[in-house]
Amino acid sequence: MHIKEGQKERHTLSVTVDNEAGVLARIAGMFTARGYNIESLTVADITEDEAISRITIVTSGTPEIIDQIHAQLERLVNVHRVTDLTELGPHVERELALVKVVGTGDNRIEALRLAEVYRAHVIDATTSSFVFEVTGGSDKIDKFLELMREIGLVEVARTGVAAMARGKEAV
Amino acid sequence: MATEKSGADILIEALSELGVEVVFGYPGGAVLPVYDALFKQKRIRHILVRQEGGAAHAAEGYARSTGKPGVVLVTSGPGATNAVTGMADALMDSIPMVVITGQVATHLIGSDAFQEADTIGITRHCTKHNYLVKDPAKLGDIVHEAFHIATSGRPGPVLIDLPKDVQVATAAYRKPGAIDHKGYHPQVKADTALIEAAVDMIAAAERPILYTGGGVINSGPGASQILRELARITGAPVTSTLMGLGAFPASSPQWLGMLGMHGTYEANLAMNQADLIIALGARFDDRVTGRLDAFSPKSKKIHVDVDRSSINKTVRVDLGIIGDVGRAMEDMVKLWKARAYPPAKLDGWFKRIDEWREKKSLAYPESKTEIMPQHAIARLWEATHKQKPIISTEVGQHQMWAAQHFHFEQPNKWLTSGGLGTMGYGLPAAIGAQVGNPNALVIDIAGDASILMNIQEMATATQYRLPVKVFIVNNQWMGMVRQWQELTYSGRYSESYTDSLPDFVKLAESFGWKGIRIEGAQELDAGIAEMLAYNGPVMVDCHVAKVANCFPMIPSGAAHTDMILQSDQVTGEMNDEAKALV
Repeated sequence: MHIKEGQKERHTLSVTVDNEAGVLARIAGMFTARGYNIESLTVADITEDEAISRITIVTSGTPEIIDQIHAQLERLVNVHRVTDLTELGPHVERELALVKVVGTGDNRIEALRLAEVYRAHVIDATTSSFVFEVTGGSDKIDKFLELMREIGLVEVARTGVAAMARGKEAV
Repeated sequence: MATEKSGADILIEALSELGVEVVFGYPGGAVLPVYDALFKQKRIRHILVRQEGGAAHAAEGYARSTGKPGVVLVTSGPGATNAVTGMADALMDSIPMVVITGQVATHLIGSDAFQEADTIGITRHCTKHNYLVKDPAKLGDIVHEAFHIATSGRPGPVLIDLPKDVQVATAAYRKPGAIDHKGYHPQVKADTALIEAAVDMIAAAERPILYTGGGVINSGPGASQILRELARITGAPVTSTLMGLGAFPASSPQWLGMLGMHGTYEANLAMNQADLIIALGARFDDRVTGRLDAFSPKSKKIHVDVDRSSINKTVRVDLGIIGDVGRAMEDMVKLWKARAYPPAKLDGWFKRIDEWREKKSLAYPESKTEIMPQHAIARLWEATHKQKPIISTEVGQHQMWAAQHFHFEQPNKWLTSGGLGTMGYGLPAAIGAQVGNPNALVIDIAGDASILMNIQEMATATQYRLPVKVFIVNNQWMGMVRQWQELTYSGRYSESYTDSLPDFVKLAESFGWKGIRIEGAQELDAGIAEMLAYNGPVMVDCHVAKVANCFPMIPSGAAHTDMILQSDQVTGEMNDEAKALV
């Protein structure tokens, strides 16, 4: 017997929640308990009084599963609002990565040249290393890392995706 | 400024304001201040159970039979973990319940203190919501909010974890006003346009069926009344899940019996052949649908549920309606009447249903010597139904036989662990129901294996003089496990024989109960009569045919049309796909 899987889609969800202890555990736990994927998850408080946090979750699943994830998130008592940005239409997604590259000679020059192409900033430098800061969509960062891997990448830290709908309407 | 009260007193005050009359609990170190506050007051009655799991199931039985939330009070660590099964059970079956757990003092949390457990972490996924209270000034509001969440929308268990120092510390307390939660606003009133669409679909249907669930009972007695009205005006046949039994009277000619794995032939075939299913407070559980790709292939489906996540979870529906099922049905009935639809022409549909009824799918072989378990339950029903008893069950064959052969006319009379399937539920649930309904006849229809799982609660019934009756359908097997092993594993009865059973009569007597043994068919009616005549708790050990199986049955991984009836009982080996399904 083999376990079958359906056609998956990638969706970015924006979730506003009470900024309270345990909320993240509730959300992450709901995903694991029901067998849903989390590709990336970011969280930070977004209001002046620090009462509300915004969580951006990138997940994947069949359309039925995505609909269930939406409904299951809304069911949590601490969740105020769930917006499926992918479903909603055009939106922007950004991620930030810190990328440490070690090397000398040509590799070093090549790293700086590529960084310029990707609009990555040098935020730390020694005679044998750079730390680059690069922002963009996840695809761009993936591509940047792929190139850097060939010329001395030793360490990566990524923030995960922050996302927002285009246009004047606010969530 | 108001005088300050201890956290423990604030808790008692808030519970009183909320109309709590009884709590089911067990004391321990981390909850002693609350027990001391209980000792000093007279408004709330405490029922001392014998294990915390019993408290949770007793609260469920109380809630299910009275419509009021059940309240549990236990200590930290093992007190809380023992109550976990009851919370998971209440979550699955949507039972309103508030669990208050003691916790070690706030400065000790996280230090692996004596009787410390991460109760909030452990119960996060078996409660609808939970709270750790760190400030007595917030306790009162949290208690009121917890009851609001437990009882509104889709009901469920809510836990409040209360550290010992917060029970002792003082704060001012004033009864809060109406709850206006920031994020929690369950939709009660259904969208009018959707109600109109539903009524159009029902009026146009040629083969409609009302498929009702526990949500109708949760919605209150009014919902069961309006269901009867909806059935009357639409003329549609009615089937129900295990949890929904009693919402519609079993004596009605429109009643098809329970559907699903051990449901009737007519209910399952009607679901299969219907052109419109109207799901009312039911959630298309796997025990109901059988094989999903073969589930009711020709029908359009309307689904009314207060929980948006229940809609399209397993079965895609054509019209999902979010809202309280009682109010949605009321809106449908009003609209139907306003539009003055002519009586539906469902004669052809009922003719087919009558043909399926002819199969007599609940029939079982008679025996002159042995007591057939189905017969025992049928006789128990005959002897008691005029008294409108409250019936609880454990889990297994006896539970399904009770669902099939005990016929309910009213809601809130049937207490069973449907979703989680918790053996050991029935006795404490019966105790809770008896506490909430002191004058009712309360019977736990039990199995010999299940009853041992919470047998200690007999002492609770004795202490509070609760005249519960336990009717053990004793076949010396974990019957349902044995049945599956017979059907699926070529009769390899791995660990399903219940050896070394106690002498239930002596056991009963040792707890101060009356014990009755029924051993042959000729003793059955007299034994039941003796049980009913006794004014006090009774345990009946009814010896039944040992290897009877529960039919009809839709085997795991099969479609409704592949139902096994008593007459074509088979034994064999199933393939891996079927073995893995359920």
